[in-house]
Amino acid sequence: MIDLLAGFVVELRNAGIPVSLTENLDAMEAIQHIPIEDRDAFKYALGATMVKNNSHWRAFETVFEVYFSLRGPEYKLVDGDESELDEMWREMQEQQQGQGEGKGAGGGGMEALTPEEMMNLLMKALMKGDQGMMRALAKQSVQRFAGMEPGRPVGGTYYLYRTLRNLDLEGMLEKLMEASRQEVGGELTPLEERLEKDEYDSRIDQFKKEIEAEIRRRLVADRGAEAMAKTLRKPLPEDVEFMHASRDEMQNLKKSLYPLTRKLAARLARKRRHGRKGPLDFRNTVRHSLSYGGVPADPKFKYPRPAKPELMVIADISGSVAAFARFTLMLVYAIQGQFSKVRSFVFIDGLDEVTEYFKGVEDISEAIHRVNTEADVVWVDGHSDYGHAFEVFWDKYGKDVGPKTTVLLLGDARNNYHASQAWVVKNIRQKARHVYWLNPEPRSYWNTGDSIVGDYGTHTDGVYECRNLRQLEAFVEKLA
Amino acid sequence: MGTRFESVQSVREGLRAENYLADEGIAGVVFLADRLGKPVLVEGPAGTGKTQLAKSVAEMLGARLIRLQCYEGLDESKALYEWNYKKQLLRIQADKSSDSWSDVHDDIFSDEFLLTRPLLEAITAEDPVVLLIDEVDRVEVETEALLLEILSEYQVSIPELGTITAKQIPLVFLTSNNTRELSEALKRRCLFLHVDYPELEREKQIVMTRVPDVTENMADQIARIVRSLRQLDLKKAPSVSETIDWARTLVLLGVQNIDAQQAKETLHVLLKYQTDIAKAAKELSVEAKK
Repeated sequence: MIDLLAGFVVELRNAGIPVSLTENLDAMEAIQHIPIEDRDAFKYALGATMVKNNSHWRAFETVFEVYFSLRGPEYKLVDGDESELDEMWREMQEQQQGQGEGKGAGGGGMEALTPEEMMNLLMKALMKGDQGMMRALAKQSVQRFAGMEPGRPVGGTYYLYRTLRNLDLEGMLEKLMEASRQEVGGELTPLEERLEKDEYDSRIDQFKKEIEAEIRRRLVADRGAEAMAKTLRKPLPEDVEFMHASRDEMQNLKKSLYPLTRKLAARLARKRRHGRKGPLDFRNTVRHSLSYGGVPADPKFKYPRPAKPELMVIADISGSVAAFARFTLMLVYAIQGQFSKVRSFVFIDGLDEVTEYFKGVEDISEAIHRVNTEADVVWVDGHSDYGHAFEVFWDKYGKDVGPKTTVLLLGDARNNYHASQAWVVKNIRQKARHVYWLNPEPRSYWNTGDSIVGDYGTHTDGVYECRNLRQLEAFVEKLA
Repeated sequence: MGTRFESVQSVREGLRAENYLADEGIAGVVFLADRLGKPVLVEGPAGTGKTQLAKSVAEMLGARLIRLQCYEGLDESKALYEWNYKKQLLRIQADKSSDSWSDVHDDIFSDEFLLTRPLLEAITAEDPVVLLIDEVDRVEVETEALLLEILSEYQVSIPELGTITAKQIPLVFLTSNNTRELSEALKRRCLFLHVDYPELEREKQIVMTRVPDVTENMADQIARIVRSLRQLDLKKAPSVSETIDWARTLVLLGVQNIDAQQAKETLHVLLKYQTDIAKAAKELSVEAKK
């Protein structure tokens, strides 16, 4: 057990979840109080002691599934479930007596099912929301459709895709809706229809998860837990790269961005208020000394009032950094309340101010949509031209850059071999308080190909790699 | 000291008797907290019953609930202890003549002049107590350190008096809305419990236990509508407490079967932003037609 747990902890750490030694010890102690055969309780005991951040829970779950998948009761379910399934199947056979008895008498378990029958079973299970049935069917469909071969070096997603392609779950949703319409006998009200659809959606989702779990179990059985954990390892939400996030990860990122911006805002506010005592406030001290008969018993201090900085954000929203720009725009939106003045500009090869789009708009996605459709950012051909964009900025808005202004430049500085016009950045820096550049590319790619971040970088107060939430957070903290 | 709970199952049943429906995870962590003698850090969206959990556990154990509401600027004189200056002053003035300085000095820094605040009170209590430190994410990072000693050792060090150790280890719950990252030191000392929006079935059960007059059919509808709403991209998804409020409203209005119109008219109970309400109303009635 200790060995197993030690391996588990190592894997958690490899996945990026920080598990300290004391937490490890706690976990050891915790599982002694838990009946070991209760898988869920075991999981929660480990989770409560080792995972202290909710966004890490998914990663933890994956590792847990991999490590303890062969040891859980699900694996033994095979026998029990099959018989239940057989029963249901026989029932179905009896209903379809027209088809003759020869087949019904066979009763040879699931392998004998034709695909149509299986789809029917699946539909029934989904309609009833029968968990055991769904699990068994997931097993069956993986066995049947995934075509898994031991030792074949393909990822789980490949098998998942193959299985799902054969099951046609989209069509299934339609059929389910049709069936439930018939059940009521006619039309559903829009509300009911919507609710039914959500219901089936969630059941189908659950079914998909069962399939995934089944594939994982089989892969683990084939390759062993360590190897499997490695292939399944996914970056934690704060480590996902903006530039290469999958759609799922994007969704997750979006979710974790909101609390992040709130956190940042709170931290900024706190930091600004926190600048403890300043120099002695002579006037105030004398005023208060009067109540002590002129003895300055209660010295008063001036509280520093830090100037609220102004922020100018200039972001590249061309195709190559689109995903990144979207996040920075959201971040700008969140910071807007904290800084006395935030002005945002976007460019591709032309440049336009988009501050207005963010003002008074409560729905951030709407604002971003407007930025993407309405802003006038294309000058010639819609390929990034930093040089021209900066020139436009300097001409139109250069006069607004003042000693309180912090200028934030976002982009990969891939200039398509246009003129760099780095003098603009130099001029901006002379007028502004700070100029920072955030680059969503890995540091090793900088200044390769048409990237000229170095040219601009020399004129800024710093160029920062900003590939994931963690780095973004670190930067904003510095900014505050 | 003995343990409070027999098994995870008994925690669950006990909480159910207090009208709190815990899932496997919640019950499991509460059980572990008792066995390991560790505080529980409860995190999750607002209105999912984090504070209620502590209250229910206290009720279940018949223990006194000591609550420390955190806010920005909380300091040790409000959280831990404070010297009763006025009383000390009186003591000094009362017998100016008789006592020598050292006697008075020893005297005025004794239990008698100590005002206990929630944290100290919790560990000096003779009777069973449950300590709830509510919204711990609101205090500054520096203040968090105040909690560390009491959370890991169950003791409080007072320079003038020495260390006061707990007579019994209380169950401690900390809640957090996750507005900021809590420090590693604090997290390490706690068991972590994330309370999320409940699943359909459990939400239905919750509605049925908290709103006795509701019919099963209604509860089912309510839970399903709320789940659909949570899938929308809203500014503030409806919480469990809002679901319960909504159920109460519908019962008061004498609704038997929710249709789109009624849902729309009462949405403001469930959602608190105008944009959200508009969005939800649109989704619920129009979307499915196409």
